Amino acid sequence: MRRFLQVTWLVVRKDLRVESRNKEMLLTTLFFAVSCVLVFSFGFVRGGEAIEGSASGVLWITIAFSGTLALGRAFERERHHDALRGLLMAPVDRPAIYVGKLVGVLLLLAVVEALVVVMVAFLFQAPLFRHGWWLLTLLSLGTIGFASVGTLFSAMLLRTRSRAVLLPVLLYPVTIPVLIMGVSGTFALVQPEPDLVLARVWVSLLFFFDIVFVTLALWTFEPVMTE
Amino acid sequence: MNRRLFPWLIGLSLVFFVVAPILIVRAPLEQEMGLIQKIFYFHFSAWMAMYLGICILGISSALFLFRRKPAADRLAVSAAEAAIVFGLMGLITGPIWAVKSWGVWWNWDARTTIALILELILVAYLILRTYGGPGSDRLAAGLGMFAMANLPFLYVSTNIWRTIHPPTSVVPTLPVDFGIPLWWSFAGFIVLCLALLTARVRLEEQRATLDRLYLALEDE
Amino acid sequence: MHLDDLTGVSREEARRWRRVALVLILIAGLGGPGQTVDAAQPAEQSVPDGFVPMDDVPAEEQLPAAPLLAAAYIVVWVLAIGYLWTIWRRLGSVEKELAEALRRVGETDGA
Repeated sequence: MRRFLQVTWLVVRKDLRVESRNKEMLLTTLFFAVSCVLVFSFGFVRGGEAIEGSASGVLWITIAFSGTLALGRAFERERHHDALRGLLMAPVDRPAIYVGKLVGVLLLLAVVEALVVVMVAFLFQAPLFRHGWWLLTLLSLGTIGFASVGTLFSAMLLRTRSRAVLLPVLLYPVTIPVLIMGVSGTFALVQPEPDLVLARVWVSLLFFFDIVFVTLALWTFEPVMTE
Repeated sequence: MNRRLFPWLIGLSLVFFVVAPILIVRAPLEQEMGLIQKIFYFHFSAWMAMYLGICILGISSALFLFRRKPAADRLAVSAAEAAIVFGLMGLITGPIWAVKSWGVWWNWDARTTIALILELILVAYLILRTYGGPGSDRLAAGLGMFAMANLPFLYVSTNIWRTIHPPTSVVPTLPVDFGIPLWWSFAGFIVLCLALLTARVRLEEQRATLDRLYLALEDE
Repeated sequence: MHLDDLTGVSREEARRWRRVALVLILIAGLGGPGQTVDAAQPAEQSVPDGFVPMDDVPAEEQLPAAPLLAAAYIVVWVLAIGYLWTIWRRLGSVEKELAEALRRVGETDGA
């Protein structure tokens, strides 16, 4: 187990170091998320007021869209100079490489979400911080669910030709439950009379989704990635 | 074995399908919904056949991924296609029933939504297989497993999200007069599903033989 | 450089983790729906329908059931037969190609 964590940390550190040098992924994803929220606000704000209930949807769709953008490039650096083969040939647990990549994506998305939540609360007049801890739980569980499937698919599609198109095509249908759970859970929190019981149902569902899909991804990563 | 099985299965399903309308017409009218309720016999059975297809897809995908059995991959792609066909049957008969008894074609009812999402996942599976290039069979197997794992979550989440569908618990408690045609058409759909599967697997086997032959020709 | 220290992850360890994962999946599968079903009930009932039962609608507003029913059955038949037909057609073209390839194999063997 210690070895597993060590390898995970090495992969995360490598990505963080590369990212800290040029900040390409962070800045482009952040900017994409901002423009996404803006585009949505032109669709869902009428006469200076947001359409009722639109905030939770905008929040999660923005996360899903910018998440796809980040996931699509999660393994981009490994594509050059056969770096992926080198990584996969290293005598370490393959799942540890997957977890390392997943943690990297999660860190990136955490930064994006921090900005998006503030923006949505500001532009859509949504009381997102009223039950801040609940929202934080929903967001972290939802992001783990989305990114765990997404990281695996992104790794899978690395060798295919049309990966840029295929990633969203495969990812969205499979992660629709996350979207339903996240949007409904957030809506239960921001509606005029918050329904915490319902929010708890969605949180527990997301929790089980995460357990099943993270284990499934750990399980399938090795056989899917071997040539 | 495949080849010998197919005529039997298709013949059997033909018997089921020819007799089914007679049984359904003779079944008593349901009190509230009337004549349109008779869609149910085919509608429900089509869904069950679709779920069977998805389960076969998931299990054979896992077999292919972990045991490397090419036969399992051929079964998986056949099951995915069959599931799409049965899903389409359910998706088309569903709104026809809904427009009569609820007054709208599409109302985001929980089970219809599940079916739509499953159909999307299955189509994504076929797209991956068609446009994924070399090695996509293994990637598709991964997706097949995810599709099956998604079933319980889709079921629970859409049910809480939205429901006006007649509850599933109605099915086992149906009176005998309704039950006989229901289980009859259910059996018919399952046999038809198996028949389509054997035919489709046969196609995939012939393709594999052809590929091997071309490889042998190139070697010479 | 660090990776050198990490060689030799034992198969045993990997197997043990896989077993843990399996147990977790089973727990999630059993516990997931069970936990949420009772909590889900109130939500289900509170969904506003907004649909009027069709009995309350005057007769001339109602759609005729029989043509719809017939249409639904025809759709099922057309889809089943149509799909079978596509398989049959694809099989035909593959088998034709197969016969052609076999003939070529025979030729090269004969030559």
